[in-house]
Amino acid sequence: MAPPSPCLVEVSEMHSWFPENVSTYGGDVDGIFWFIFYIVTVWFFITEGLILYFIFRYRRKPGRSAVYATGDTWSQLAWVLVPLAIVVVLDLLIDIRGADVWAKVKGQRPPAELVVHGVGKQFNWEFIYPGPDGKFGSEDDLATDNELHVPVGKVIHVILSSKDVIHSFFLPHFRLKQDAVPGRQIPVWFEATKTGEFEIPCAELCGFGHSGMNGKLFVHSPEDFQKWNQEKWPVNK
Amino acid sequence: MSSSWTSRIFSTDHKVIAKQYLTLSLFWAVIGAATAYLIRWQIAHPDTEAFGWGYIEPQVYNSLVTMHGTIMVFFVAMPLLLSVFGNFLIPLMIGAKDMAFPKLNALSFWLFFLSSAVLFASFFVPGGAAAAGWTGYPPLSAKNEYTGGAYGMDMWLLALALEFASFLLGGINFLTTTMNMRAPGLTWFRLPVLVWMQLTAAVIFMLSVGPLVAGAILLLMDRNLGTTFYLADGGGDPLLWQHLFWFFGHPEVYVLLLPGVGIMLEVITVFARKPVFAFRPIIYATIVAGFLSFIVWAHHQYISGMDPRLAMPFSITTIIISVPFALIIFSIIATLWGSNISLKSPMLFALGTLGVFIFGGLTGIFNGSAPVDIYIHDTYFVVAHFHYTLFSNVFFGGFAGIYFWFPKMFGRMMNETLGKIHFWLTFAFFNAVFIPMHLVGLRGMMRRIANPMQYEFLKPLESLNMFITLMAILLILSQAVFVINFFWSMARGAVAADNPWQANTLEWSTRSPPPHDNFASPPVVYRWPYDYSRPDSLSDWTPQDRSDDNVRATAR
Repeated sequence: MAPPSPCLVEVSEMHSWFPENVSTYGGDVDGIFWFIFYIVTVWFFITEGLILYFIFRYRRKPGRSAVYATGDTWSQLAWVLVPLAIVVVLDLLIDIRGADVWAKVKGQRPPAELVVHGVGKQFNWEFIYPGPDGKFGSEDDLATDNELHVPVGKVIHVILSSKDVIHSFFLPHFRLKQDAVPGRQIPVWFEATKTGEFEIPCAELCGFGHSGMNGKLFVHSPEDFQKWNQEKWPVNK
Repeated sequence: MSSSWTSRIFSTDHKVIAKQYLTLSLFWAVIGAATAYLIRWQIAHPDTEAFGWGYIEPQVYNSLVTMHGTIMVFFVAMPLLLSVFGNFLIPLMIGAKDMAFPKLNALSFWLFFLSSAVLFASFFVPGGAAAAGWTGYPPLSAKNEYTGGAYGMDMWLLALALEFASFLLGGINFLTTTMNMRAPGLTWFRLPVLVWMQLTAAVIFMLSVGPLVAGAILLLMDRNLGTTFYLADGGGDPLLWQHLFWFFGHPEVYVLLLPGVGIMLEVITVFARKPVFAFRPIIYATIVAGFLSFIVWAHHQYISGMDPRLAMPFSITTIIISVPFALIIFSIIATLWGSNISLKSPMLFALGTLGVFIFGGLTGIFNGSAPVDIYIHDTYFVVAHFHYTLFSNVFFGGFAGIYFWFPKMFGRMMNETLGKIHFWLTFAFFNAVFIPMHLVGLRGMMRRIANPMQYEFLKPLESLNMFITLMAILLILSQAVFVINFFWSMARGAVAADNPWQANTLEWSTRSPPPHDNFASPPVVYRWPYDYSRPDSLSDWTPQDRSDDNVRATAR
């Protein structure tokens, strides 16, 4: 097993709110989360703090009366409009940063080093490998139930579809989720940064067996993946 | 005798109809809470016998999840926020005798009653209640073999169609009444914010519900007539339903939100003794938000399989819709500045609505961001988020409204001490349930799974889930304080004055409770509703029906 990069350890320890990230783009998804988190945390304390302060500061006292302020003049309205302008700027910043991450994960896919079909069905994930000839629909295709084997550090494309209802292909440790929809073939990609076993739950309600619909993703070292290949396609040396 | 009995049950008086809606929505709230209890039990103690119920089958669990969402959104939130407060307050606040179409009003209630009966009966039919989620995504909802259900799903669709017809009639009534029956002098910009919010909600509902009703009929046809609108093997597309559903579903969020914000504003101005800050900008923001609510729907579908290039445009519109709401929130906070606050129970609940809603609004920024949604979509983070936005408006806002208008509805005051206890218990347990739920979601726990212990990566969450369940049970139990207060006060509460809170709006200028035709003589309006603490007035309130001459006469 390859040791995780130091950067990865740091991230997973600092932010243990998430499961460990083991994909190349997971850090970007987490990064945009934390970017938003810091912005909204500041707003949270400003707004809730002001409310609490006003409640204590302006509690009813005999003989005091409230200010008759309607906010009809621009100078009064500025108290609302200036923070609003800041909100707009921050909103745009969040979207601009988000657009890059979205494009990276879902927009364009780097060229595939392994293509697998992922088929959702009540209540399993079926994975289909093209075999040594690299072609789907040929005799050396291999179908596995609930087991996805991939090499570490390679770009994997999974082409998602469904045989019955909508399922959702979820790799929590990779920050990847995509619905598998009957009648559509939807490609997703990921690249693992670490070997190990990870879960592939279904994230969309798919019937009475939804809970427990759970595949396993095996991320192998290059040597182990070679070994797994040899096991599955022994003819091909 | 019998004729008076029937005329009371089938009353056309808007105040009686409002109370009928209140009764039915509180009944549904009890059922909704019971489903929440069973869901939480199963998550914390999977596959054990739930206290008072027994073992929860996976199929039943899916029905519970489906019905919880359906009940709380369509049978508690909508009737409580729109029908109860809209029906009771719109004619009173505009100085009218009743609704424009009193019989239509009664018809909308009885359609809603019929819809409730159909939904309630669906618990008991073979195959159980609908189990395809409150969003009813096909193909799961389109074929019984996929869910294991039978009649439940058809009854669910029928109940929703009836309910939408009922609210459509109600909305038409709200609009017609306000357009035509306002008291002399009550111009559009002298209407209370709550009336504006109710009207905007009615318009949003009317414009968005059509596609969903059409979609529901297509789904009924797929289920019963062999069509394949949503079935890929017959050339249909499951995503069509999602677009139709969310084209309605997201505007619906604002349909629920706006009346709650309206209640919050009415209550806060009265107990802060201060005018609404930025009244007109709030109304403009409401209308802008109403428009924007029609172009954000696909943010529910970032990972649904729609073209990924659509995500960024919808991400941008979604984040833009935060702007009008930020304006409204900032204006409410500005209203509190320099005010004169008394923390009576309606005010506590109104401030609770504000504080809790802000939290929900801020977590919405995460969901609105498409890349973050890749990870948190369909997790408990989303569940926690929408409970912060909806629970705040529906329950904190609803309770604020009930405590505030109870004297006008029933002629008696609610008990203040019990009200405060109710608030603090609700506030504490609500946050204890839903703050940890965000963390559960960030660890990746999916919605609608019956047993998190089936997943290695969710096993560390066991104790947190047990804590959430315990807090949820306490949250539900603490509502007993409200139930006791409600019924006790109705029978034994202190007799209410006509205007116990010294509020300006017209409903307080008549008796408590108001007579059949509301006002002894038709009121005349001289001013906007928020003349609190006018510098030229002796008292800190100036009712809408007091003329300037009268204000000056009472001035120092």
